[in-house]
Amino acid sequence: MGPFLAVMRRDLMLAWRGRTDVLVTLAFFVIVVCLFPFGVGPETNQLREIAPGVLWVAALLSTLLSLNRLFAQDHADGTLEQLLLSPEPTALWVAAKVLAHWIVTGLPLVIVAPGLALLFDLQQDALGVLVLSLALGSPILALLGAVGAALTLGLRGGGVLLALLILPLYVPVLIFGAGAVDAYLGGTGADAQLLLLGGGLLGALAGAPFACAAALRIAIE
Amino acid sequence: MLEAVQLACLKGDRLLFRDLALRLASGEMLRVAGPNGFGKTSLLRILCGLTMPEHGEVRWLGKLIGAEREVFHRALLYVGHAPALNDLLTPVESLMFACAAGGSPVSREVCIEALARVGLAAQTELPTRVLSQGQRRRVGLARLFVGEEKRLWILDEPFTALDVAAVADLARTLEAHCAGGGGVVLTTHQDAPFDKLPRVLDLAGVTC
Repeated sequence: MGPFLAVMRRDLMLAWRGRTDVLVTLAFFVIVVCLFPFGVGPETNQLREIAPGVLWVAALLSTLLSLNRLFAQDHADGTLEQLLLSPEPTALWVAAKVLAHWIVTGLPLVIVAPGLALLFDLQQDALGVLVLSLALGSPILALLGAVGAALTLGLRGGGVLLALLILPLYVPVLIFGAGAVDAYLGGTGADAQLLLLGGGLLGALAGAPFACAAALRIAIE
Repeated sequence: MLEAVQLACLKGDRLLFRDLALRLASGEMLRVAGPNGFGKTSLLRILCGLTMPEHGEVRWLGKLIGAEREVFHRALLYVGHAPALNDLLTPVESLMFACAAGGSPVSREVCIEALARVGLAAQTELPTRVLSQGQRRRVGLARLFVGEEKRLWILDEPFTALDVAAVADLARTLEAHCAGGGGVVLTTHQDAPFDKLPRVLDLAGVTC
């Protein structure tokens, strides 16, 4: 576990020292969500209806926005080479990097989401489901995104390519994430969607670090 | 202990070298020479296992480095062109992280000692962004002095940006490492003050 903790500690420390970068992601999320009422008008029923979808799409876009920072700096300064030469398993420290990245970019979204949902007059008892769906879903977004970030590392126009590559993969997460809140509001209960998200998270946890490690080895060549 | 046979390296559509063979015995130092763009760095990266050769194989203690990656990387210390330093970290933090990520964590005191050894005693707590090129290079080289001894050192242009005294000191360190049974592969353009000149592998003379 040594390298896992070392990588996570370092990444969290770097995020703290460069915290403006982190705040940009959060501000983007808040602004995108706040733009929708201006666009679709202040009709309360309509806003209530679109709230889960808007919050989820905004979370997805701000995740995407932060992804190219995941490996870019380490790639540029040579840290990635050294990590790949570590005798420890690559997937271990990749998982640490993704976890640190999620704590810094994903967790704040989960925390502010209920506040923003109130702007849309979302029912208060649905807030728990919204938070739970984001808490289960946003780590999947980070894990899948990390594979995309590794695949597009060092490419010209990598940011756009990353979006093209990753957004289709995000669709199921979006459907079940936003669907969980809708299902709860519709009275059918959100268990099915939340269980699927949980299963997806476990699957991503098991597979993504290895895929990411393989992609990084290719990127560094 | 390190052996490569029939190596070929392709960069884009240009063949840098082929049929390259090299063998490094323990206690030996090998200098890879050649003009810019002849594949010195590419060769070192192949020897490290960072890049796959187009053809051929690299063996460490008789075993393929791909098959015994963990054993090989535990014995390897690679200092590349990029010093692997983040601008926001201090040299002590960078060094501690490099060791911990490499699987051999060391204490803060050991790192400070190693940094003092390379002449950075006063800069241990400064952020890396205020350090000069030579000082950054020294932080990278401080890894030669921490933790358990790695047997194989692969150094890409280790003398670049160092002052005369530091170059002499590094040359002595490399010779001491070889005398202790380790091996060194390095590239350099300048004439380093070695007591006994290392064996030279000139890439300009390799067929391609």
